[in-house]
Amino acid sequence: MDQQQRENFLEIRDLYVQYHTDTGLVKAVDGLNLSLAGGETLGLVGETGAGKTTTALAVMQLIASPPGRIAGGSIFLQGENLLKKSKEEQRHIRGGKIAMIFQDPMTSLNPVLPVQEQIAEMIRLHRKADADEVLKKARDMLSLVGIRPERGSEYPHQFSGGMKQRVVIAIALACNPTLLIADEPTTALDVTIQAQVLELMRELRQHFNTSTILISHDLGVVAELCDSVAIMYAGRIVEKADTKNLFRRPLHPYTQGLFRSVPDLTGNVRRLDTIAGLPPDPTNLPPGCCFASRCNIAEPDCSRSRPSMIEGETGHFAACFKLGKRGGV
Amino acid sequence: MVRFCLRRLLTLIPVTLGVTFLLFSLLYMTPGDPALLVLGPEATEDALREFRREHGLDQPFLVRYGRFVYNAVVHQDVGRSYITHRTVASEIADAFPVTLTLSIGAIFFATLMGMIFGIICAVKQYSIFDNVAMVFAMLGIATPVFYLGILLILLFSVHLHWLPSSGFDTPAQRILPWIALSSVSLSIITRMTRSSMLEVIRSDYIRTARAKGQKETVIIVKHALRNALIPIITIIGIQFGHLLGGSILAESVFSIPGVGRLAVDAIKSRDYPVVQGAVIYLALAYVLINLLVDILYTWIDPRLRTRYR
Repeated sequence: MDQQQRENFLEIRDLYVQYHTDTGLVKAVDGLNLSLAGGETLGLVGETGAGKTTTALAVMQLIASPPGRIAGGSIFLQGENLLKKSKEEQRHIRGGKIAMIFQDPMTSLNPVLPVQEQIAEMIRLHRKADADEVLKKARDMLSLVGIRPERGSEYPHQFSGGMKQRVVIAIALACNPTLLIADEPTTALDVTIQAQVLELMRELRQHFNTSTILISHDLGVVAELCDSVAIMYAGRIVEKADTKNLFRRPLHPYTQGLFRSVPDLTGNVRRLDTIAGLPPDPTNLPPGCCFASRCNIAEPDCSRSRPSMIEGETGHFAACFKLGKRGGV
Repeated sequence: MVRFCLRRLLTLIPVTLGVTFLLFSLLYMTPGDPALLVLGPEATEDALREFRREHGLDQPFLVRYGRFVYNAVVHQDVGRSYITHRTVASEIADAFPVTLTLSIGAIFFATLMGMIFGIICAVKQYSIFDNVAMVFAMLGIATPVFYLGILLILLFSVHLHWLPSSGFDTPAQRILPWIALSSVSLSIITRMTRSSMLEVIRSDYIRTARAKGQKETVIIVKHALRNALIPIITIIGIQFGHLLGGSILAESVFSIPGVGRLAVDAIKSRDYPVVQGAVIYLALAYVLINLLVDILYTWIDPRLRTRYR
């Protein structure tokens, strides 16, 4: 990987994803720009319905169609536009180059197949190996995620939730993907298991040196694991910075609101702040800044046009008009 | 698994006893005198009395039932036909293979086509194929077997002269009965496969399989179909039972000498032993099919295996 490729490992430009539903056209992702450097772990944070999972599925080329459709934009992985690839090429990239860990381990494994078969299937699809090698590799993956290889012939219902998520992680990493997308990998697990799974992911990331997009709405998890963070709101990125800067000094009013809604153990706060109002209706996004109606520093101008990303500090971007006017919010 | 099968086979005893008791009660209450029907209206009063005495028809209900069970269990003898004087066992042995061939052919055809149609409908939901197939499935469920049988005979035998209209010995004779008998099951299996597949196709593990880069056809067969099979197998089992018992309609229309025809003819002539024999055989077949379906469940779904230990 040369320097150019390392910096623009994954580049999403002006991505639009829409779902046709009975209530109208849902603009789940609406002009999203995002880039990821090689070896980097990016946290993608936002509330439910912000378009995080849709973005991930778009990168995987797994948007269900109908009702979904990628309406515009491009996704470059190591300089190649994934959206221009043929179905067959996309199939080889899925799993081989980009792998995904899904949110709910309870339902993301096939209940009628032994777990080692579900890992082996991945290997068979992307590596040339005979049956014995594939089985051995599948069992190696199991022990790598901390499951005794002898349990490989058991079925998903014989594993606990945390163990299932380990199997899902083993499947995702079986072919050593260059990009791993983890969609809320710990949300469905209880807290002690969460910590184990996060620790496992951290180890494996170092082991495989995989670039990772970690989707979460848990700021604590993101702070723990990610090099940089992108905040998503109503189908767009509203702020992006490296983790340290973003946590130290959030620039976008939405991000600031998010941080105020997290309990702080040092302060003596009785009531957590909330962000007033609701996210905009995705079938009817406002023409201006989507956050304007909930923003406490909004001006009438904010509702006229979309703010673009402005570099507030070096490497710290936010999509807010006020940032451009005063050099900070 | 073996213990499970043995336990299920043991349930055959109460099922058979229940079925025969019900049958005895129904036949007892049915009007009509076998002696009169067998010997004809010119028979003398003495001859009639002699016939009733010989076949135990003058005995009280419970004695007749007790004797029947005793003979069946101790002598493996369920009696002789009043009319042909052959043993019921040999009457059934002649007729049962015919019904079995008819039913197996029909259920095989219905399963094969029904699952193929159902899968295509589910994968291409709301397509033209799906819509047309669903209309035909509705028609198939709504059309009685005897009516469809008559239509088929009119078209293929009377007008086109392609296929014979009766009998069941040559392959050509079997085609029309198979189609007529399978139409309802075919429609039901198609609809069940479609709805079961639609449910499974939307599940997370199918998305996981896609995320691996697996081919769509493999996803459908290896991941989706196997998970969708439980309700499909259940309905196939029920339909097979229906076909065994309900083949009488096709047997009548196409003049096929099967168990259904045997039973109906026996009922008409009050040939009690033959009626009893035919019904017991069908009941046993029903129970055995259900056992087979239960065994298939555990083969398909590992989650059910622990339950049947």
